[in-house]
Parts: sequence; C-alpha cells; structure tokens
Amino acid sequence: MSEPRLLEVRRNVLKQNDIIARALREQFRETGVFVVSLVSSPGSGKTTFLEKTLTQLQPRYRVAALVGDLATENDAVRLARSKAPVKQITTGTLCHLEAAMVQSAVQAWDLHQLDFLFIENVGNLVCPSSYDLGENLRLVLMSVTEGEDKPLKYPTIFNSADVAVITKNELADAVEFDWGAARKSIESVRPGMKIFRLSAKTGEGMESYLEFLLQQLSEKRAVAQT
Amino acid sequence: MHELSIAMGIVEAATDEAERRGVRVSGVHLRLGALSGVVKDALLFSYEVACQDTPLQGSRLIVEDVPVAVFCPQCKEQRLLPSLQSFACPECGTPSMDIRQGKELEVFALEVEE
Repeated sequence: MSEPRLLEVRRNVLKQNDIIARALREQFRETGVFVVSLVSSPGSGKTTFLEKTLTQLQPRYRVAALVGDLATENDAVRLARSKAPVKQITTGTLCHLEAAMVQSAVQAWDLHQLDFLFIENVGNLVCPSSYDLGENLRLVLMSVTEGEDKPLKYPTIFNSADVAVITKNELADAVEFDWGAARKSIESVRPGMKIFRLSAKTGEGMESYLEFLLQQLSEKRAVAQT
Repeated sequence: MHELSIAMGIVEAATDEAERRGVRVSGVHLRLGALSGVVKDALLFSYEVACQDTPLQGSRLIVEDVPVAVFCPQCKEQRLLPSLQSFACPECGTPSMDIRQGKELEVFALEVEE
C-alpha cells in the first residue's frame, strides 16, 4: 500500500454553529433587540437573578427570556412569574445551548416587539464557551459562595464573556468573601472586564447593572441607525 | 461534556471533504486552540465512538495544540501565554485581550490514500 498523503483542507468544525450565530446577530440587529446571554455554574443563582432583571425592566421595557435546562421546566415556571414571555429549551442530555436551538426558539416571536432578550444557558462553565449564540453581550455570573478563584479555574468561559456579575452579596460576610481577590482573578483572565457586585435577593447593586444594560441598548440602537 | 458532538462535527467535516475529493481518509489532523473550550483527552476518546459506522472508522485523530498568543501593546510583539490564568505579556506584564491565536478548532489536513 502506498504512503498516506497529506491533504490540506482547513475546515472550521463549528462552522455550522457560527453561520447560524452570525445570521441571528444580524436578525437581532435588524429588529433592534438587545440580546444578553447568561452563563454560570449550576446553583449560582442565574434564575433568581434573571427573574429580578425581568421584573425590574418589565414596567418600562419589553423583555423576554429563553431558558436552557437539561430536563425540567422549573426555571421557566419561576420566570413566568415576572409576566414576561418565557420559553424553555429543554436540551435533554446536551450540556450547552447551540445557535440553532436559539434560532428555532425565537421563530414564533416578533423580535421587533422586544427591547431585551435574555438567554439563560445550561448551568455549566465549560461547554457553553465554544458556542456563539449571536448574543450582543455574554454575562458570566458567579456567587460569593463559589470562591474567589473561580475565574482562574474556568478561564476560558470568563475570557469569552463581556461582563461579570458577582451575586448573593448578602452572604458575602458570612462566607468571608474577599472582593479584592475575586476582582484580581477576573482581571487576570479577562483584563478590563466590567464587574458588578450585587444581591438579586435584596436588590442591592441591581440599579447600576440595569443602568448599564439600558446604556448598552441605546448605544446599539444608535449604531444601528447610522 | 460536549466533546462527542465536537467529534461528530470533525467526522462530518472530514467525511464531506473526503467524498468530494474521492479519497479514503486514514488520519485527521486537527488544530486545537487552548481557548477552544474542548478537552483533548475527552475528544480523542469521543473520536473513536464518533467514527463508528462511518467511512472514517479506524482512522486516527492527530491533535496539534495551539497555545494562546496575544499582541502586547507595550512590546508591540505577539507573545505566547504560558498559562490561561494570566492574560498578560509574559515579558513585561502588560495585560492584553488582543488575542491573535488560541481559539482554533479546525480540521486542517487529512491523511489520505488514493
């Protein structure tokens, strides 16, 4: 048998996902909706945080949410209490959301009617980092109970995110959370990252984070008009 | 663990290329960036499973690790990062998010038999 020959092909493995993500981003731009995706470990409080976000934006802004979950619809039920349109994406055994799932989930919605769309990824700090969902902003959430070095343990996802939110601040004293150390680990894996420290439960710190979202929305719309 | 679906993507891409060129594939060369979010060992294990009952069954996956490189605004040079825990120039310590390589997940060559 002859020696194997090396044939150059250069194919991006995630090309299919990236093509769909690009189309989604274009669709989001055209319709003027600002899309935020949320990633975190299981149990860091994504759903509570999102519920508060939806409730507080709801009176003045048109908001909706997609939630990825492995098996249950509990999160969607909780979020529905905010009265915002919520759709569950049950991923089965899949540990992350992919652009195609987002695309089919938003099909039934008129995105022109929305200001903000939130996408809650499956609780996982590893797999979601590889998949672009077409979002405008990727927000990584960690709670004070998880330890200050979490960003150093999961540098890929922190590096791929745009904003970090440290939540459950009402427990910070009880767990002796070292804010300086946390800030240093985030800064180390993602220089210049914007960080919000808040408590979704008490509402402390929510305001500056919500203001930031509103500012992002108006900046994006200003750019879209030019 | 999303390596199985990534492995299936690799098999699909390689099968497609092989069919188009009318060749038989005995090995797939992959460039894997340190920031790709894919674990090499899990991928190698998943690859065998993903190849079953496809034209690529019995083929090898050869992985070339691609370290992260950033452009240092201070040194005006591209620098390789020794670890993912610090996005700063290893020479002068200036932080940098100007990532020039390390996100690759690319089938770049096939070992083929005519």
